[in-house]
Amino acid sequence: MIAETGLAALWLAASLALLQLVLAFAGLKGGKPDLLAAVRPAAVAQGVLTAIAFAALITLFMRSDMSVLLVVTNSHSMKPWLYKFAGTWGNHEGSMLLWVTVMGVAGAAVALFERALQRNAHMATLGGQAAISLGFYAFLLFSSNPFARIDPAPADGQGLNPLLQDPGLAFHPPTLYLGYVGLSVAFSFAIGALLTRQVDAAFARAMRPWVLAAWVLLTLGITAGSYWAYYELGWGGWWFWDPVENASLMPWLAATALLHSVTVLATRDALRAWTVMLAVVAFSMSMVGTFLVRSGILTSVHAFAVDPTRGSFILGLLALYIGGALALFGWRIGSVREGAPFELVSRETMLVVNNLLLTVILGLVLIGTLYPLMTEAFGHKVSVGAPYFDRIAGPIALALMVAMAAGPLTRWRKDQARAVGKRLLIPLCIALLVSISLSLFAWGRIGILPFLGLVIAVAVGVGSLAPLWKRKLLRTPLFTYGMVVAHLGCAVSLAGMACDSAFTVEKLVAARPGDMIQTAGWSLRLRQIIPIAGDNWTALQADMDASRGGSSVLIRPQSRFFASPPTSTSEAALLTRWDGQLYVVLGEEVEGGRWQLRIWWKPFVTLIWLGGIMIALGGALALVGRERRGWLLKWRAREARL
Amino acid sequence: MRLILLFLLMLFVTPLSAQTALPPAPYADRQIADPALERKAKALMETIRCLTCQSQSIADSGASMAGDMRSQIRERIMAGEQPEAIRSWLIARYGDWVSYEPTAAPILWPLWAAPVLLLGLGLMLLRGRIKQRKRA
Amino acid sequence: MRRLLIWLPLALFLGFIGLFASGLFKPDDRVIHSRLVGQPLPVFSLPAAASDRPALSSGQLATGKPRLLNIFASWCVPCAAEAPQLEALQKAGAQIDAIAIRDARPDVDAFLKRYGNPYARIGLDARSAVQMALGSSGVPETFVIDGKGRIAHQHIGDIRADDVPMILEKLRAAQ
Repeated sequence: MIAETGLAALWLAASLALLQLVLAFAGLKGGKPDLLAAVRPAAVAQGVLTAIAFAALITLFMRSDMSVLLVVTNSHSMKPWLYKFAGTWGNHEGSMLLWVTVMGVAGAAVALFERALQRNAHMATLGGQAAISLGFYAFLLFSSNPFARIDPAPADGQGLNPLLQDPGLAFHPPTLYLGYVGLSVAFSFAIGALLTRQVDAAFARAMRPWVLAAWVLLTLGITAGSYWAYYELGWGGWWFWDPVENASLMPWLAATALLHSVTVLATRDALRAWTVMLAVVAFSMSMVGTFLVRSGILTSVHAFAVDPTRGSFILGLLALYIGGALALFGWRIGSVREGAPFELVSRETMLVVNNLLLTVILGLVLIGTLYPLMTEAFGHKVSVGAPYFDRIAGPIALALMVAMAAGPLTRWRKDQARAVGKRLLIPLCIALLVSISLSLFAWGRIGILPFLGLVIAVAVGVGSLAPLWKRKLLRTPLFTYGMVVAHLGCAVSLAGMACDSAFTVEKLVAARPGDMIQTAGWSLRLRQIIPIAGDNWTALQADMDASRGGSSVLIRPQSRFFASPPTSTSEAALLTRWDGQLYVVLGEEVEGGRWQLRIWWKPFVTLIWLGGIMIALGGALALVGRERRGWLLKWRAREARL
Repeated sequence: MRLILLFLLMLFVTPLSAQTALPPAPYADRQIADPALERKAKALMETIRCLTCQSQSIADSGASMAGDMRSQIRERIMAGEQPEAIRSWLIARYGDWVSYEPTAAPILWPLWAAPVLLLGLGLMLLRGRIKQRKRA
Repeated sequence: MRRLLIWLPLALFLGFIGLFASGLFKPDDRVIHSRLVGQPLPVFSLPAAASDRPALSSGQLATGKPRLLNIFASWCVPCAAEAPQLEALQKAGAQIDAIAIRDARPDVDAFLKRYGNPYARIGLDARSAVQMALGSSGVPETFVIDGKGRIAHQHIGDIRADDVPMILEKLRAAQ
């Protein structure tokens, strides 16, 4: 019954979305308020229904209901509850249901909590949200039904891919999804604004919290994914510029640009067309990313959910929604008046520079990712990988960091270049100091990009605290703190990246039990190699003592073997210290009873993810700060009226 | 998204059947004693694409052929060959595909021109938005 | 100018859609072909990989008559699967030499005993060095070498039964 309830809820939600779309546009067109009055309840009901459908699927997985095909192919009754739960979205159908649920719930939230927008624009936004949801309902119901039954029901399931059985599965995909799909709200806002021709500061203020929320979740999701890859892959890398990773980076870049341009629009009523374009692009990038990953046109390594039928379905949705939105943009934006031009030295210009650089990076990532596909159309196979992106996007990102430090120190409207320079004096001195000391201690040992990265990270870190300088800290608004924390997070993350690439020490050894290994100030003793057995795997484990002067710590890198499917994985041993991470991987046995070990000492590498968390935290602070201020203002206004 | 993790998981999983029982080549996982040469070799290996895994550099791959390629690169670097000569040697056999670092082949010119074009376009747009300084 | 910029995103996007569609609907071609096809074989000299077959060097492949050079390994499953086709090619008159990749002599002997031995000479390439020199990216692969020792054709993957006439045709064409 649960499966049927879920499916029924999904069909109902889809029909409500259709109703919502028709009501909104018929109401707007004919100017009929009674039709429009039904739009919000429809959106709320749609959100509730999608939540019910998703809860039904979770229940089926938790109960291990083996009469449902999806549970059979992706779960097993003996699995720990966490993996049954997370297994719900560890497959194509379940993750698409999660996508639709996030969309439905976000639409309901817009219907319930959005108060800043004018009524017509609000209705048009909800109509837009219903329109995009419809396509994904169709995708789910016609080509990826998660509730399909299997008859006769087998005794037990085939189990979740053992490799997905990691706590990371419970956190990383849902967060990333919330961010990805959360951007659909910004997209709908843009559609609503274009339809009602209300692109102004009020629109920007209304859209900002939704963009912020999606951006925070996207940041967390990418950070978590990067760390997961780092510890699971066993190669000590944290970003590979792989097409699938780029697919998650592109919406983030667009959302980051949008976040800043929306501030310009909200504060100075400028960059109207540009902000609308970014809102369209951000969610478009989410959809393009989904397409690239699921159609399998770019990578061959993941053999999962790659299905040309589904690929062409998503391509159809892409063409319809993105093409439709861009056509609407072209048709309507001409009638949107552009704001006044800026002074050269002003906060506005700095934010536009930020947008320019972010967009250029986005464009380069997009071109670099798709370039092999383009040349293949001419029968030429090429690879575009880390060397290209590092060399091309790296310097632009560094320039962006500098702009990030200078921006908050520049005044709105008009400022004096000399005054800005004065405010930047301390960071500039620090930059000089760091460059001199780095040149003295590490000249010739580190590359130019890590060198610049370190200098800029330290200077920008200090510079990002400057907006708090000489201010009453308790009176400073929370969203200013949010900005400071997020910008500081960027500097922290950059410092981690630069340290990792400049100072990582790698050691490859073939060791016998009893051998001592010295590297980067650490002494490691290989005690023994023992076989151990887990739930559904066996492993060879190296017991090693690691010490750095003081007492030693036992670390246990493993190399694991799974029987079905026959695969082997390596579980790296990570030892985290305040100044870095020791990363040890057990390899194969080589001749003479020696075992291959890969050992890395990565100074300050953890700063990369700490910075990511700070960026997200900053976003969250800004969100809470803005919302709280809105409430306070409203509350004071009410007091005054009484 | 979910596929990122799936993809990443697939990366370090190598099918057991397709590997050889032979021990790895001498310099597959052994560093060159001279750190400067090892840095050179490592930098090159990170930009050479693994032939049997399709989406990894040979520095990051556990495939046996990647190990053989690492060994060969280290041995050649030790013999005094320049990294770019080794890259060209590989490209002459496997095409531009084998190098993650795009070459200067004509088909890749637009890729290298992209940053300049995009920045130029951006600056042009930016100029339109900024007030022209009035001449005194 | 502004009108042009307004419609630029849509134009670019339509280009991308076309690209995606072409990527989606074209046949999947992920094999990496050797760039040496049409060029002389690289010079190499390998020790014998099997007890009852002589060693192989590049000079021995330029005999005036076209030959096949099979790249295989005893640990490779598709190589066992293509053994009957190699047998058929040999019966049809093809001269076949081979290079065993990352292999050991006892393993090669066992493999040949089990799946048949259509080879004239077998060289042992323990560290895939010659494989790389040939631009071959995996096992099994089969090269057609013309009488002057030039690579005329590269077949990637195992030879299926319906590939046999095509390979024979390539051999004839390489005369």
